[in-house]
Amino acid sequence: MPEDIVDLEIQLLLEALYQRYHYDFRHYARASLKRRLTQARDQLGFPTLSALQDRLLHDAAFLPRLLDYLTVQVSEMFRDPSYFRALRENVVPHLRTYPSLKVWVAGCSNGEELYSMAILFREEGLYDRTLFYATDINPEALAAAEAGVYPLDRVRKFTQNHQQSGGRSSLSDYYTADYGRAAFDKSLRERVVFSDHSLVTDAVFGEMHLISCRNVMIYFDRPLQDRAIGLFHDSLARKGFLGLGSKESLRFSAHAEAFAAFRPSEKIYQRRDL
Amino acid sequence: MSASPPRVVVIGASAGAVQALMAILPPLPHDYRLPILVVVHVPPDRDNVLAPLLEAKCRLTVKEAEDKEPIAGGVVYLAPPDYHLLVETNGALALSADAPVNFSRPSIDILFESAADVFSDGLVGVVLTGANQDGAAGLRAVAKAGGAAIVENPASAQASAMPQAALAATPTAAVMSLDAIASYLLSLGTER
Repeated sequence: MPEDIVDLEIQLLLEALYQRYHYDFRHYARASLKRRLTQARDQLGFPTLSALQDRLLHDAAFLPRLLDYLTVQVSEMFRDPSYFRALRENVVPHLRTYPSLKVWVAGCSNGEELYSMAILFREEGLYDRTLFYATDINPEALAAAEAGVYPLDRVRKFTQNHQQSGGRSSLSDYYTADYGRAAFDKSLRERVVFSDHSLVTDAVFGEMHLISCRNVMIYFDRPLQDRAIGLFHDSLARKGFLGLGSKESLRFSAHAEAFAAFRPSEKIYQRRDL
Repeated sequence: MSASPPRVVVIGASAGAVQALMAILPPLPHDYRLPILVVVHVPPDRDNVLAPLLEAKCRLTVKEAEDKEPIAGGVVYLAPPDYHLLVETNGALALSADAPVNFSRPSIDILFESAADVFSDGLVGVVLTGANQDGAAGLRAVAKAGGAAIVENPASAQASAMPQAALAATPTAAVMSLDAIASYLLSLGTER
């Protein structure tokens, strides 16, 4: 099939997804999206994306299966250990000066980053004064994040990352292993609000001291990146911190001037207030 | 080989990549016309040591690709470790943290397929030495879109599996030695 027909099908499918279910992927970067959609088409057994769209429009129960292709990220706990080390060594001293804290993990997917953050805050003695918000647009991913259960074979890498991040405890203190799975301690999510929130369509919901949103905005096109970064800016307290993925940058953003590069090598920015 | 003048070169390499790239990139002049996008399989935890290494020997600018960066001629863009490199429909670069493909992130297939989609017959795809199968599906996509498909001669490649797999997937691909690839790329980007 000619590629331009596939591109047209994608455009129509995204419109259908938005009109029918209010999930807005129309400003996602097209190359990755196309790959994920054609993968969904092939693996779910549809001859064309038009056929997949037909199913999507008439069968609401099909939506979660498509969302899994479009949104779910397999991440690691303490991915990029140097990022967490920088939070620990450079950001935490600032956070200590506040009597209460709010932290937002935006696009939390299955929760790996959220648990990393909760463990780091516990190790640094800040957990009890912090409220965490973990948001995503995929309800199934949020449920998985809330459950906090990961295959044990992934935990070795988590443990290694945790140590490299300057962890002050043993990761095994925070989970129980059973039947090849590691279930993370429920005390880690006592102070976590899991919530459906879209960086594309939703608004500010609180004043944050730290926002971590890594490898989420690389899937957005430039205008949508600008919207999300504007939302983060408006959601941050004075001098609040924003952490991005190791290959993301505010350099090309319309909001570049509104942030100071706090730890540029780790992509940690600080809201600039005049 | 291709109908319209080539606009972009994509290169994929794995085991033996450094030596192979050292043979084909340094001869290119500083005013080379075409952008060159490169995926090399590197361990995920390693900082990109390859860009400075190549830059020191090249007259072209060699840099790690950044997300949403516009593509410019005469620049060699390397996929960062642990990220896929793709070409967007508007011709800018994009990164992704999607699952590894062929056990690789970055994956050659992902770069080649997305680039073929955008540049179709204006693309030149080159599969170099390597000990796996990555790049085979990608090169097929390049050829299918009307681009030029080139494979390093498996007989002289440091690791033959990857060029062999690419050739099996695209039997019409041109088989060349590293020297021939170097002169071919030179002729592409310097003719008027």
